[in-house]
Amino acid sequence: MRILRRSMLFIPGNSPNMIQNAGILGADSIILDVEDAVSIDEKDSARNLIMHALEEVDFYGCEVVVRVNAPSTAFGEKDLREITPKRPDAFMIPMATEEEIRLADAIISEIEKEEGIEVGSIKLVPIAETAYAVESIADIIRTSKRIEAVLLGAEDLTADMEISRTKEGGEIYYARNKIANICKAFKIQAIDTPFADVSDSKGLIEDTLKGKSLGMTGKAAINPRQVDTIHHVYTPSQEEIQYAKSVIDAMKEANKAGKGVFSFEGKMIDAPIILRAETVIRKAILAGMLNEEAMK
Amino acid sequence: MKNILGREIPDSVTLPNRQIRLFSGVQVRHEDVVKKSVKTRVADPTEGKVIHDIKKAIEKSGLKDGMTISFHHHLRNGDYVMNLIMAEIAEMGIKDLSIAASSIFPIQAPLVKHMESGTVTGVYAAYMSGPVAKAISEGKLKNPAVMHTHGGRSRAIECGDLKIDVAFIGAPTCDPMGNINGTEGKSACGSLGYANSDALYADRVIAVTDNLVVYPACPIEITQEYVDYVLVVDSIGDPKGIVSGTTQITKDPVGLKIAKNTIRVIEASGLLKEGMSFQTGAGGTSLAVASYLKDIMKEKRITGSFMSGGITGYLVDMLDEGLFKCIMDVQCFDLSAIDSLKRNKNHQIMSASMYGNPHNKGALVNVLDIVILGATEIDLNFNVNVTTDSNGYIMGGSGGHSDTAAGAKLSIVVSQLFKGRLPAVVDEVTTVSTPGETVDVLVTERGIAINPLRQDLIEKMKKHNVPVMTIKELQDVAEKMIGKPEKIQRSDKIVSVVEYRDGTIIDVVYQVKDQ
Repeated sequence: MRILRRSMLFIPGNSPNMIQNAGILGADSIILDVEDAVSIDEKDSARNLIMHALEEVDFYGCEVVVRVNAPSTAFGEKDLREITPKRPDAFMIPMATEEEIRLADAIISEIEKEEGIEVGSIKLVPIAETAYAVESIADIIRTSKRIEAVLLGAEDLTADMEISRTKEGGEIYYARNKIANICKAFKIQAIDTPFADVSDSKGLIEDTLKGKSLGMTGKAAINPRQVDTIHHVYTPSQEEIQYAKSVIDAMKEANKAGKGVFSFEGKMIDAPIILRAETVIRKAILAGMLNEEAMK
Repeated sequence: MKNILGREIPDSVTLPNRQIRLFSGVQVRHEDVVKKSVKTRVADPTEGKVIHDIKKAIEKSGLKDGMTISFHHHLRNGDYVMNLIMAEIAEMGIKDLSIAASSIFPIQAPLVKHMESGTVTGVYAAYMSGPVAKAISEGKLKNPAVMHTHGGRSRAIECGDLKIDVAFIGAPTCDPMGNINGTEGKSACGSLGYANSDALYADRVIAVTDNLVVYPACPIEITQEYVDYVLVVDSIGDPKGIVSGTTQITKDPVGLKIAKNTIRVIEASGLLKEGMSFQTGAGGTSLAVASYLKDIMKEKRITGSFMSGGITGYLVDMLDEGLFKCIMDVQCFDLSAIDSLKRNKNHQIMSASMYGNPHNKGALVNVLDIVILGATEIDLNFNVNVTTDSNGYIMGGSGGHSDTAAGAKLSIVVSQLFKGRLPAVVDEVTTVSTPGETVDVLVTERGIAINPLRQDLIEKMKKHNVPVMTIKELQDVAEKMIGKPEKIQRSDKIVSVVEYRDGTIIDVVYQVKDQ
C-alpha cells in the first residue's frame, strides 16, 4: 500500500469545469473518464482535454487515473497512445480480460520507452465488470505487474449476469468477496463499486460499510459529495488509532522484556492483533492523521 | 482628493444638505451626534387617516418638486408600492424627486423612464440590481446615486444627512390609525426592519396597504403615532416575488469545499463555543456553512446566543432545534422565516438602526461573533467590492456587508477563486464597498488567506494545522489558471457615490463606457 485509495472519484473527461476543480474535492484518487461518461462524438475532444489537463492543471497531489476505452478498440488504443506521454499515474481498463490488460501493458510500455518514461511507472487498475472477469481476476492480475488495484463494476456485472441490481447489494456479495480476497492475496487494493443514488447519504454509509466488512479497501465515487462519507468509513477512527498505538507501545515493551506473546488490557496480544494495529497505523499515517516521525 | 484607501474622489462630488467627508478609516469616533428634529403634523382626531385614492394621498402629503420620498424593500422583487406611487407622481407632473429606497430590485424597472423624464433625478439605496442599476450605470440619472450601507442609511436618516419628506411604507397589514405589521396579510413579508427609520424621521408617513384590518393591527411593528395617512390599494405586492432568494444549500462541490474550508477557520478561531453568535447570507454556499456549523454544534453540544440579519428557513430550523437561543431579524427571505416570526417569541424583529447604525448607542453588529460574507472582487489589501460587476455596472451594494464586517469579531469572505475566467482576487477592486481593514479572512476552494492585520488569527490557524496562504499567493494560483483580465474602460462621469457606514465617501462609480 503505497498510497491510500479510500476514494476514487469519477470526473467526466469532457467537462473542463469539473476537471479544473477535480483536485480540490478531497478524493484520494480521481478518475478522468473518457469511456462511459463520454459519447462517441466527443471521445476525441475529451481525450484532448484530458491531455491538456494532465499538462496544465494542478491536481494538488491527488492520484490521477484515466479510464480509457477498452484497449482492443480503436478509441482505446488511441487513448493509451496519446495520453501515456502526459504521464497519468494510472490507467483504468474497462471490461478487463487478460488480453485487454496485456494489450494495454504493451502499448504503455512502448510509449514509455519512446518518451523516456521509466517503464512500468504508469499503473493499471482493471475493472472487474463481467462474470468472466470476476472468475478470472487472479489471472488478470498476473498479466501485468502494473496492476495496483481492482475496481468492482457492479452495474455491468449484474447486466452480464442478467440479474437485478439492488440497493441492498445481496447480488454482488459473492463478487465483492471474491475480489476482496484475491486482491488481498496479491497484496493489491480492492475498490468497491460506486453507490448510484447520490442523494441517499444513509444508503451510501451502509453500502460502504458492507464493502469494507468484506475486505474492500476503498470505494469509487460518482459524485464529490460521496467522498467524505467514504473517507469516514475507510479512515481509522481516533479510537482505533489510539488503541493501535497502545498495542504497538505494549509490544515494544514486551519485546524489550523478551516476551513473544503478552497481554494488554487483559487480552492476549498475538501476531494477528499486532498486524492489525500496524495496518491501522500505516493507514493513519497515509491519511495524514498521524505523523510518521512520531511513530518511530 | 484621495481618501485613505487611495481612491480618487474628485472635487466635483457634492451631496445635498452636507459637506463631503472622505473615508479616513473605520474607527468610530465616540462623540455626541445630534439626531434631526422631525416635523410632525398634529392629527385632527375628527378626520380619519384612511384614503382610497393614490393621487389624493400624494396631494395630502404635500409632495412638491425637488423633494425626497422613501420606500422599503421588504417586498423585494414582488414590490408594487414604488411603481404604483411613482406612476401617479409622474402623471401629476411632479419633477426632480429623489428616491430613497432601502434597496432597488428588477421589478422597479419603470423607475428608468421616470429618470429619463426628469421625474426622478436622485436615488439613494443600499443595494440595487436590475434595469435601474443598469440605467444608473449608463448615466441616465441626473445626479449621482448615493449608495450606502443598511446601518449607514439609518444613520443618514436619523442625523438628517438624508432628509425624507414623504415615506411611503408598504404595509402588509394596517389598521385605520396606521398601526402596521408585516407578518399578516396576503402580501406578508415579515420584519419591516428597514422601514423603521423612515417612519420615525420622515416629515410625512403614508402607510400603503392591501390589508386594512379592524383596529388595532396586532402585533404592531410600526406604531400609529408616526403615520399620517393610510392609503388602501388592491395589492402591494406579488407574493411570489416577495419571498425570493436562494434558500437551498448548494450542491456544487466547489461551493461545498469553500464551506468546509470556512468551517475549519471558524473552528480554529476559537469562537465556536457556547453563547456564540453567527450571521450568514441566503446564498447556497453561506447556507452550506450554516449546515456544517449545525452538525458541529450538535456534536459538541454547543448552544449559540443569536443568529442575525436576513433570515431564511434554514436558520429557523436551527432555532427550532435549539442550536441558538434567538434570531434577530431585520428581513425575512422566505415563508418559513415569516411563519417563525409569528409563532416564536425568540424570533425577534430588529430595525436597521439597531442592526448596523454606527452612530447610535450600540448596534447589534458590535456583539456579533462571526459573519459570512460574499464578494465579487477582493484586492490584495482585502478591500471588497460587492457594488459593481466586472464590466463596471452596478449590480448590488453593501447592504449589511460593511456594517457586519466592521462589527463582527470574525468576518469571513467566501468566494470562488475564479468564476469563469474572472478572478476574485485582483490588484485593485473596481469599487470599494467594504474596507479591507474590517475583512479578516478570504476563504476560497483553493486556499485560505488571513488579513495580515489579524496576526492573532494567523497564529490560531497555525496551531490548528489550517493551511494558510497569502492573498497574493491565491491571486497567483488564479492567474496561473486563467490569466489576468484587462482593466475595464470607464468614462469620466460619476454615476454613484459610495458612502461608508459613517457617511464618509469610500469610493465613486463611473459611468460605463459605450461598448
